[in-house]
Amino acid sequence: MTETAQITESDPWLEAFEATEHNEANAPAWLIPFRKAGLAQYAKTGLPTLRDEDWRFTNIDPVRQTTFKLPDVGNSLSEDALRSIPFPFKGGNATRIVFLDGYFQDHLSDVDSLPDSVTAMSLKEAVRREDLGLEKHLGQYTYQNDNPFAALNAAFFQDGLYLHIPKNLEVEKPIHIIHVSSGTENRSSFARCLIHAEKFSKCTLLESYHALSDGAYLSVPTTEFVIEEEARIEHIKVQDESRQAFHMASIYAWVGRSAHFHSHYLSTGSRINRNNIRTKLDGEGLECVLNGLYLADQDQLADNHMIVDHSKPHCDSHEYFNGILDDRARGVFHGRILVQQIAQKTDAKQTNKNLLLSDEATADTKPQLEIYADDVKCTHGATIGQLDDEAIYYLRTRGVPKAVAQRMLVHAFAGEIIDRIQHDAIREELDGLVWNRLEKFKHFQTATTV
Amino acid sequence: MSNQPLLKINNLQAGVEGRAILKGINLDINAGEVHAIMGPNGSGKSTLASVIAGREGYEILGGEIVFKGEDLMDMEADERAHLGLFLAFQYPVEIPGVNTTYFLKSAINETRKARGEKELDAVEFLKFIKTKAKLLDLPEDFLKRSLNVGFSGGEKKRNEIFQMAALEPVMAVLDETDSGLDIDALKVVANGVNQLRSPETAQLVITHYQRLLDYIVPDVVHVLHDGRIIKTGPKELAHELEDKGYDWVIKEAAQPA
Repeated sequence: MTETAQITESDPWLEAFEATEHNEANAPAWLIPFRKAGLAQYAKTGLPTLRDEDWRFTNIDPVRQTTFKLPDVGNSLSEDALRSIPFPFKGGNATRIVFLDGYFQDHLSDVDSLPDSVTAMSLKEAVRREDLGLEKHLGQYTYQNDNPFAALNAAFFQDGLYLHIPKNLEVEKPIHIIHVSSGTENRSSFARCLIHAEKFSKCTLLESYHALSDGAYLSVPTTEFVIEEEARIEHIKVQDESRQAFHMASIYAWVGRSAHFHSHYLSTGSRINRNNIRTKLDGEGLECVLNGLYLADQDQLADNHMIVDHSKPHCDSHEYFNGILDDRARGVFHGRILVQQIAQKTDAKQTNKNLLLSDEATADTKPQLEIYADDVKCTHGATIGQLDDEAIYYLRTRGVPKAVAQRMLVHAFAGEIIDRIQHDAIREELDGLVWNRLEKFKHFQTATTV
Repeated sequence: MSNQPLLKINNLQAGVEGRAILKGINLDINAGEVHAIMGPNGSGKSTLASVIAGREGYEILGGEIVFKGEDLMDMEADERAHLGLFLAFQYPVEIPGVNTTYFLKSAINETRKARGEKELDAVEFLKFIKTKAKLLDLPEDFLKRSLNVGFSGGEKKRNEIFQMAALEPVMAVLDETDSGLDIDALKVVANGVNQLRSPETAQLVITHYQRLLDYIVPDVVHVLHDGRIIKTGPKELAHELEDKGYDWVIKEAAQPA
């Protein structure tokens, strides 16, 4: 059971909300109540503690102990600054949409190159457009009770992305959503993305998070997907924030009949990373794949927490999460497959594998099945281990030196996840990125010198 | 050329966790020869293969292994491979995610690099490897699959022989490569080994059964028992062991000379 922490009067987030002028220009009538509901939700629990079952292994004291400032409105990212960031798929053929501390950067975004029928715009503007009817969707797919950070996002978000792909449209080029943090010490940001794919539409979305400098800032993004029947969405999230930063993300997806939602999570950056993923499988015959790779070294903590909610029969879901942990890093996995009574013929699979490259690295894993239907196929499993000595020996007897053999095995382990990305160019790009990051791990630095 | 044997094992004693398994092995293998080692279960056959190949975890309690005039004891498994030693595993390891072609390219080029030879580029390598695959009658999709993953027992053994053919070792040690093979697969394995035979190379075939030795005809047969070679004879010894079992050799060896 979730233990309710008593929130103190001096909670900085409540104070910050009090201090904010809530006279947003041209804001729709529903927005202030929406924010207040978020804040009220947050106020019930405050920030989570280790006593909270969902946060048992993820100590966010460093977040709690810092008072974060809200982002400056109207800051603008220069083209040079954007170019200085080693974001993935830089040379790739994609439609870029850029944000700074959660604020839409019109001058760096090429939304005009999208097909006319696609709506891609600043969320700040979109909520003010009555004709778009955002109140029907915004926040309707979240499970706010489970996550105080999502509640904070609802209270504080200012801007972000509204993306709407109309019925039958296949967007050819991937859309690359680039979130840049200014990286200023103690800055917070609350980017919010609402992505609505109508029936039979198709799109590849690359979402990546970066920083201009390496301060201890807080990034609290929320991304909501509405994926209507027969739509096919491939979503690839790359989290490459500052090593001092806290990245507390919430991802919600509502998936409709016979749709395909493939969502990949590559985490390499930030001091603490949390992906809170909730997918509601709400139509028959759909397919949902959650696929994650987390690389962590030094004092990094990478946490992936997901609930896959099978609410209709005949749905397939797969969660594959692999972690590569070096130094004093920690990996946390918590995956729950929830099969409602009506969801017969569910086919669900879940695995979490952790590769520990040092004696001090740790992994906590908690795969769970919660099944109320009686005719389902569900499997889950988890492993925590080191590189296979037998395999290394085998490779060495063929003339492969130890350091190369180790790399081969680690690469193969990462490849189990990366290979599931369907978009060829993005997959190759991320394979390179993963390799580049792993090479910087202590484990490989020392292995080379032996 | 010196008259030194290609592989010289001198009073080799080795064990695991304080328990001696090899209790003084003496074995000389000259270039151009095929030796067979036979013996009952638990006699130390696989340990001998592992110690020659350089597996970690064994305690060397005494003796030496000299290969091409060099002391192997200070060398890692990969360094031994670079020198021209190859071990075909009794149970080849499955390595998911490591593509067979990618692995072999690395193995061959690392070996070439260590020998001061030019590395093969992608085109040269592919040409080379396809010739080798054809020689062993392997389907090309073999090369695209993860190393040994989902292979049948016979396919794994053929893959061992294929790798051996590609690495062209001076000295090949086959650790019960024949066990579990049907007669067709056995012929493929034997053919692969026979193609390696030359006046410059040698092979050490470790087996439980005489059957393989009908196809790879040895020059010398040794009987290993309780960590020692207790009898050495010509190829006919293998037939005798097949007919009469090991007991008579063991009894004979127990008699004081």
